[in-house]
Amino acid sequence: MDAESAKLIGAGLAAIGAGLAAGGVGNVFGSFLQGALRNPEAADSQQGRLFIGFAAAELLGLLAFVVAMILIFVV
Amino acid sequence: MKQFQVDPIVDLQLLGYDISFTNSALFMLLVLFALWVFMLGGMKRELVPGRWQMAVESVTGFVQNMLSSSIGPEGKKYVPFVFSLFMFILFANFMGMMPFGIIPGVHPFTVTSHLSITAVLAVMSFSIVLIVGFWKHGLHFFSLFVPQGTPWWLMWLIPLVELFSFLVRPFSLALRLFVAMTAGHVLMKVLAGFVINGLNAEAFWVAGVVSIPSFILMIGITMLELLVCAIQAYVFALLTSLYINDAVNLH
Repeated sequence: MDAESAKLIGAGLAAIGAGLAAGGVGNVFGSFLQGALRNPEAADSQQGRLFIGFAAAELLGLLAFVVAMILIFVV
Repeated sequence: MKQFQVDPIVDLQLLGYDISFTNSALFMLLVLFALWVFMLGGMKRELVPGRWQMAVESVTGFVQNMLSSSIGPEGKKYVPFVFSLFMFILFANFMGMMPFGIIPGVHPFTVTSHLSITAVLAVMSFSIVLIVGFWKHGLHFFSLFVPQGTPWWLMWLIPLVELFSFLVRPFSLALRLFVAMTAGHVLMKVLAGFVINGLNAEAFWVAGVVSIPSFILMIGITMLELLVCAIQAYVFALLTSLYINDAVNLH
């Protein structure tokens, strides 16, 4: 396999990370909703934590995108 | 891609450095102007607020709430900084989503889709954390790297891990905003390409099968992108306030 095609395959593999991050973000919001429906009074005070969890889960998916972009355009 | 290119509008040179006035600088000035108009309309301090003043007050109240809930009573001091950061990012994100392209010859530019700009914003909030931390606590600030209740036989590992997680903060802040904006705009560009290429295709059925579903999807993605614009600005401000909390209160 030449380096050019290996690069593209690697970028494609990096896209798996974006899909996994989608699962992570869904899990964050889903779990929040589950907890919020059980105890709606406490939900508003936890919104900051919801977005921290969202940011952490999302960052890893965005890193997958960065890896793909670096593989295609930089390396 | 054209929308991410930084083009000089007025060429300027200073001591061998290129300090041209670019479209990036132009859009930063536009953001500043929009922000100025927005604040000017709401700072009338009427006893019974009108609609505009209500909008400004709800945003300032929002930032103040965020800071006081994550830092405590001392958080009020940092409202101006976090508010300007939040509003600049929010307006810059929205400015990139505005359909300026319908005017011929005008190309919209997203300021926050460049790592150099988000990195400066992240370094600013990181240096505020460092300055506040060392100002308030002196060398005691280093106790941030040793959480309370660390067992003695982990003392060689935990400070290293904490130091590392402290040092990647500006990178994660800058990268998150930059990649979220860039990825969103690339996605919309790809979908727009589907619409245009489908309409131009030789086979007549392609327009109906490809272009119309892509166009409908694009409307949805645009909504999502507007949501992401707001969420990213919020996340940036929220994380900044959490980091300032670390510096003010230690652990």
